[in-house]
Amino acid sequence: MSLITPDIGLLFWMVVSFGIVLFILKKFAWKPILDSVKEREDSIEEALAQAGKAKEELEKLQANNEDLLKQAREERDLIIKEAREAKDNMIHEAKSKAKEEADKILVSARETIESEKLSAVAELKSQVAVLSIEIAEKILRDELSAEDKQKKLVNNLLEDVNLN
Amino acid sequence: MNNGKYIVIAISLAVFFTSIFNKCVAQGEGNSHNEEVVRNVIVDSEESLDESDAVLEEESFNAGEMIMEHIDDSHEWHLWGKGSSSVSVPLPIIIYHQDNGFSVFMSSNFHHGHTAYNGYRLLTEHFLHHHEIDPNDYPHDMVVAVTADGKLDKASTLKIWDFSITKNVAALLTSVFLLMWIFISIAKTYNKRVGQAPTGMQSFMEPIIMFIRDDIAKPSIGDKYEKFMPYLLTLFFFIWINNVMGLIPLIPGGTNLTGNIAIPIVLAFFTFVLTTINGNAHYWKHIFAMPGVPKPILLILTPLEVAGIFIKPIVLVIRLFANITAGHIVMLVFFSLIFIFGETSAAAGYGVSVASVAFTVFLTFLELLVGIIQAYVFTLLSAIYFGMATAGGDH
Repeated sequence: MSLITPDIGLLFWMVVSFGIVLFILKKFAWKPILDSVKEREDSIEEALAQAGKAKEELEKLQANNEDLLKQAREERDLIIKEAREAKDNMIHEAKSKAKEEADKILVSARETIESEKLSAVAELKSQVAVLSIEIAEKILRDELSAEDKQKKLVNNLLEDVNLN
Repeated sequence: MNNGKYIVIAISLAVFFTSIFNKCVAQGEGNSHNEEVVRNVIVDSEESLDESDAVLEEESFNAGEMIMEHIDDSHEWHLWGKGSSSVSVPLPIIIYHQDNGFSVFMSSNFHHGHTAYNGYRLLTEHFLHHHEIDPNDYPHDMVVAVTADGKLDKASTLKIWDFSITKNVAALLTSVFLLMWIFISIAKTYNKRVGQAPTGMQSFMEPIIMFIRDDIAKPSIGDKYEKFMPYLLTLFFFIWINNVMGLIPLIPGGTNLTGNIAIPIVLAFFTFVLTTINGNAHYWKHIFAMPGVPKPILLILTPLEVAGIFIKPIVLVIRLFANITAGHIVMLVFFSLIFIFGETSAAAGYGVSVASVAFTVFLTFLELLVGIIQAYVFTLLSAIYFGMATAGGDH
């Protein structure tokens, strides 16, 4: 058993046991250990990648939301503006329509008044004529009720009639 | 996956080459010293050996011997005591003899090397000394064959293949079971808690596993890193757990396992085989014919590059072996100081022990750091070699 000469027995046992250890550990230890470590690393990497993706998506979603909000706001403003315009238009239209109507009513009223006035005047005239005749009749009757008056009148009238 | 196939090839190649290498070394040593050994063998009885043991036990404390005994492998797990009075955990001896076949028995049958069993004997300093055998040929604690009259049987010893569960093998098996238990239970937690945060042991190991994946494998290898992950993780945790176990001074720790050259040799051999098998055309082209280099220079460069294929794993072996062994030696040296001073006077021993313990605590922390750094360096360099072998033609 010298220091630098290998013993055949130890060499033999070493080759056998190291070979067996290598084989057994490779099959029952290193393979499962390395595989599961790799699996875990892969799953961690995947999870990280997914988290990054989710974050990106969230950001995108937020940006989308903001866009939508902005769009909605714009739309709202537009609608309000349109409504205001519509209101103004309607008021304006109603006003002009009312004025027109009023004018029309006024014109017709005036026409009616005119015609009523004319007819009233005509009636008044005929009434006045009737009245005048009646009055004249009454006066005449009154005037000519006594003999002397009749004579007087004839005289007056004869007087007026110049025998020329 | 093709890795299973590669592992089988690696194991068979490793067993084949190392057995040839070891037998050649043993044969070479045996042949050159045979006659000398024959001349020096002296017939003696068991009793006289034991007597000489008793005399030797009275010898003074030998720091070098103690340290070498601790960092070396052994057929029994020594706890305390010396010689025949030592207490140790017996370990199984598994011997294959080319003539007599297998024999399996406990090392306690050797009685710390005092008796022979089944025609085998554990070599001790005293036996070597007694029979005047050169300890460089037959290292201490080697299992040898003995003849019926107690003499060393050299021819028969050469036929011995020692597959004993030595101290280091026992520590190796312990840490291997610990490693499997820890990581299989962690894997179960992963399966139970799918997609949840890690807890307990899982949360302690996960950053280390992630470190090996993200800071060692990915930058060094590139896209094809996944194929090498099981090997790199096993390599790192194997070296680390054994370095840490070596620092625990209780059974089954405290062995100089990663500092025993056989362990880094096998680890580096696996790295070498994986690099070579996975080498692509680009890799081999850069070794045998570096593009854009003039032909005369290639004559120098190519042998260097080819040598580099082998130097790289050898450097891995030496770095791990030297670092861990050195750490164990330094710590033991500081402990030895207590006993060396204690021999001169008890007071000096106690005095030195305070400083020694303080320094050893500091060194233990340093070694914990060295242990993880060496595991890291071995894994990182292996990953870099795999990266070189599989790199595409970028430049």
